Amino acid sequence: MSRRTPAAVGVAVLGLALAGCTSTAPVDAGAGGPITVAATDDACDVSATEAPAGTISFDITNGGSKVTEFYLYATGGRIMGEVENIGPGLSRQLIVEVPEGGTYETACKPGMVGDGIRGAFTVTGSAQRSVDTDTRLAEATAGYQRYVNSQVEALVPKTQEFVDAVVAGDVEGAKALYPVARTYWERIEPVAESFGDLDPRIDGRDDGEPGVEFTGFHRLERDLWQDGLQPDSTAIADMLMDDITELANRVPSVELTPLALANGAKELLDEVATGKITGEEDRYSHTDLWDFRANVDGSQGAIAALRPVIDERDPDLGPLLDERFAALDALLENYRDGDGFVLYTALTPDDVKAMTEAVDALGEPVSQVAGVVSS
Amino acid sequence: MNAFSRRRLLGWTGAGAAAVGIGAVAGCAAPAAPAPAELVVPFRGEHQAGIVTPAQDRLHFVALDVLTDDREELRALLQRWTAAAERMTAGAETTPGGATGGNPNSPPDDTGEALGLPAASLTLTFGVGASLFAKVGLDPSLVPPGLAELPRFAGDQLDPALSGGDLCIQACSDDPQVAVHAVRNLVRMGFGTTAVRWSQLGFGRTSSTSTAQQTHRNLFGFKDGTNNLKAEDPDGLRDQVWVSPDRAPAWLAGGSYLVARRIRMHIEIWDRTSLAEQEVIIGRTKDSGAAIGAAGEFDPADFAAVDETGAPRIAVDAHIRLASAESLGGVKILRRGYNFVDGSDGQGHLNAGLFFIAFMNDPQAQFVPMQRALAQSDVLMEYIEHTGSAVFACPAGLGEGAYWGQSLLEA
Repeated sequence: MSRRTPAAVGVAVLGLALAGCTSTAPVDAGAGGPITVAATDDACDVSATEAPAGTISFDITNGGSKVTEFYLYATGGRIMGEVENIGPGLSRQLIVEVPEGGTYETACKPGMVGDGIRGAFTVTGSAQRSVDTDTRLAEATAGYQRYVNSQVEALVPKTQEFVDAVVAGDVEGAKALYPVARTYWERIEPVAESFGDLDPRIDGRDDGEPGVEFTGFHRLERDLWQDGLQPDSTAIADMLMDDITELANRVPSVELTPLALANGAKELLDEVATGKITGEEDRYSHTDLWDFRANVDGSQGAIAALRPVIDERDPDLGPLLDERFAALDALLENYRDGDGFVLYTALTPDDVKAMTEAVDALGEPVSQVAGVVSS
Repeated sequence: MNAFSRRRLLGWTGAGAAAVGIGAVAGCAAPAAPAPAELVVPFRGEHQAGIVTPAQDRLHFVALDVLTDDREELRALLQRWTAAAERMTAGAETTPGGATGGNPNSPPDDTGEALGLPAASLTLTFGVGASLFAKVGLDPSLVPPGLAELPRFAGDQLDPALSGGDLCIQACSDDPQVAVHAVRNLVRMGFGTTAVRWSQLGFGRTSSTSTAQQTHRNLFGFKDGTNNLKAEDPDGLRDQVWVSPDRAPAWLAGGSYLVARRIRMHIEIWDRTSLAEQEVIIGRTKDSGAAIGAAGEFDPADFAAVDETGAPRIAVDAHIRLASAESLGGVKILRRGYNFVDGSDGQGHLNAGLFFIAFMNDPQAQFVPMQRALAQSDVLMEYIEHTGSAVFACPAGLGEGAYWGQSLLEA
């Protein structure tokens, strides 16, 4: 939910070529050769755990029953590349540029939740000489743009599934899909919020302000959980899909700066602190912890993209961020329920206090990142 | 901005400054005498400031939980806290240029609401609770006897959310904004290592800790702390307040114990009580504060005196009798409480009372018998209830270069 001015993230129309972006189209695999990944509900078999620096490609096949994701991570959870939303029986390809040798991690995430099934992955040699600061900053924004793109790639079909369920009058199905679709929205909320016209339509809440139409996710949430489907629920659902589609079309034009990434990471935690910890956001469904998880994911995604710059300029900050993100992750896992989370209404005041403390603990070092990357 | 001040530092921040009370300054003919708001209380010294320092007008007290089991992490925080506390008590920001002098893309180090305000006699007093020791793996033999849990007293309605804590910081100042600024910034520095357990704002000191001060009144309208231990009584402080080296682990020698009790007062009920009954309950006249039968506020109470019917002139269950050193075998405490009003209680009554703080060198021998006598017999108990409770050990003052808790962590 937006309480911020639309200028929260710098926007410029770029006609963007997503430099180095993740592609799922068949491409020459390059020096690394195709590495196959056999993903199931409880395994993630990667055919090789070492590759030379440069272009590395993974062919992922989901042999399980759950939708899965595949990631390649660098230090601090920095996402080098990822493929979201791989349905059962489907194969997707991830092609990723890894210029520097070192220790990385692969992960399959059956059910698209949690840390996933991790494996060590070594990159040998170096395809790239010394990296100057400007290059690092450029890589940071390009990396985050890849992350945003991958989220949008999943947001569109997941929203479609949700909308289809609403239109079909499948209340239970729609209820199950609501927090899942929102996950991809909440992970990139600062970017989505940069479109001041779309955000209120997609994620506005019913604040009773005269003359403001109540639409989007939360209107459907109210229909599904509280009022029952209304005569215009279908129209609201179609409008949500149109708005999400428009968002997806506009996202490639967003030009991100390192400062915008850092501020976005902080804003996501602010969202957690003001909307999710309070149970204010999903007031009908009480699925706030799903959004909470997604906001933290998004914050970590932005911070992780900046990690090489942070490590260069403030060597103490990165490990502290790792520690505080890990503490919050561990805390949230206590509230996991299947592929999702317990309802907000199941939380005790002590639960909420513990989460508030963990978010406060993380928010302070995250708030330092903007200063570090802009110094 | 000048690197080390929200204000011009006064020249007289030496050891004598603490003793120069507000009352001593008032009426002083010296042309350069600073206004009371300008006072800087020295941060370092033999004892921590904020104990016998002439009681300031305002309080922000905070009890914190320690979130880490890593003693080094706690030590690093205490060192940063000490540096910031020393600066703030001198009227400066937490770091040089901290409020507005940093990177514009960073949140400022100092929150800034005290910019332009004088030191206003700010003192910051640090204490540790019994729960800290196991949490950070300190040797159990370091737990001093005085940190033993208080027994349950008749009528206690203690709320765990207003009780206990691994650490405490008492901020006293003549300006509430200065006290709040100090606690807010220390809390912020602690995020991730400490978390606030509870806190209390207070106004209107209910005790005088110096003969130079007038006795102020509590929310029942009575002078409070007339017979308090005072800074000008070093023998009394030695016997009753400061922990002697033979009575506790070495790290606490020269320190003191702080007992905090949040006492909710049923103001509206009291206000419907006749003046005569109010005075009988307290044992003093409301006007001058003199003990019943005495002429002046500081005239000694005559607990043996009887009226024409042979009844004790000061009732057997009068508050001042029950709390007196005479009835407690010579025991005294140094009171440093504040009035509080936390808004209304939802039923239209003031959520108000006395935030009782007292310093002593043996809570079990001093506070416990006093509170037991009051809880069992004091008619005043019908008008109050204790809703929060905590005991902390406050180490001695810091020498140059030392940090809060050093004597304990490096014991």
